[in-house]
Amino acid sequence: MQCEEVTLVLAEVAPVEDAALPLAAARHLDGCLRCQAELSQYRKLLRGLSSLREVQIAPDSTLLDEILENLRPPAPVLKLRRRDRRKAILKGVGAAAATGAAGAFVAVSKLNRSTVAQ
Amino acid sequence: MVSSTISELVADAKDGDHRAFEELVRQTYADTYTLAFRLTGDEEDARDVVQEAYLRVHKGLQRFRGDAQFSTWLHRITANCANTFLGRRVRHRHDELPAEPNIADVHPLRDPVQRGEIGDLRAQLTEALRSLPPKLSAVVVLRDIYDLPHEDIADELGISVSAAKVRLHRARKRLRERLYPFGDESGDQESHAM
Repeated sequence: MQCEEVTLVLAEVAPVEDAALPLAAARHLDGCLRCQAELSQYRKLLRGLSSLREVQIAPDSTLLDEILENLRPPAPVLKLRRRDRRKAILKGVGAAAATGAAGAFVAVSKLNRSTVAQ
Repeated sequence: MVSSTISELVADAKDGDHRAFEELVRQTYADTYTLAFRLTGDEEDARDVVQEAYLRVHKGLQRFRGDAQFSTWLHRITANCANTFLGRRVRHRHDELPAEPNIADVHPLRDPVQRGEIGDLRAQLTEALRSLPPKLSAVVVLRDIYDLPHEDIADELGISVSAAKVRLHRARKRLRERLYPFGDESGDQESHAM
């Protein structure tokens, strides 16, 4: 295997353990300081990238409130089911009829009282 | 310990406990934001991606079966949202350079020398990652920082597994060339020791 081929393997595999290297590449590495240096650089690169996992980028303090606000369920809209709506209408009509009847009764009784007085 | 708490919160949230879901958000949003920022490279864009990601999590929580860790599932959703967002973003937008983000190490090392070296390398890596095109940086961030499998990365970015591997290979090569442009003495020393 030539250096150019090993370079491709290193970028692709970038092994942390030697065991992950293909045998031909491992053999080449044994006798090539240039490729050994490149492997070492890849290992350092991977260790560095992996260590970035521990680094947190602190968000602006308002972000949490914004997320929670977006997730809050909307205020419930009072919707009456059809059956309940019909009941409400009937109740309303009943109440109006009762009021009308009561009004008529009062009017009639007033009329009767005035007729008797005459 | 933390993961069991997260699992409990997930279970309670799935049962309809809205407070448990809010606590889940509270415990995970900084990590989600960090990933979103690394994928978009912009504070405002990262905020939008995080909002969208949690809306999707909220909608899809019943579908989460717990085969993978919740954090892995959340990372996948965030990656998908970021990918959609970057796809929509106007290609030739000329934004101001983002301000230096507020970076905090959640597991600081005690040895000051080692801390200094790692800190330098991290700073160089962060810069190098920013210099990559988003298509390349997304793959290397998801694979080499967040340890997502190639298959998951391919799924979330809407590309084939082989395309994901090729992008990863290119991204690593570019990062190495940027970090070690003329070879690296410490790397050579290490190789002699082998």
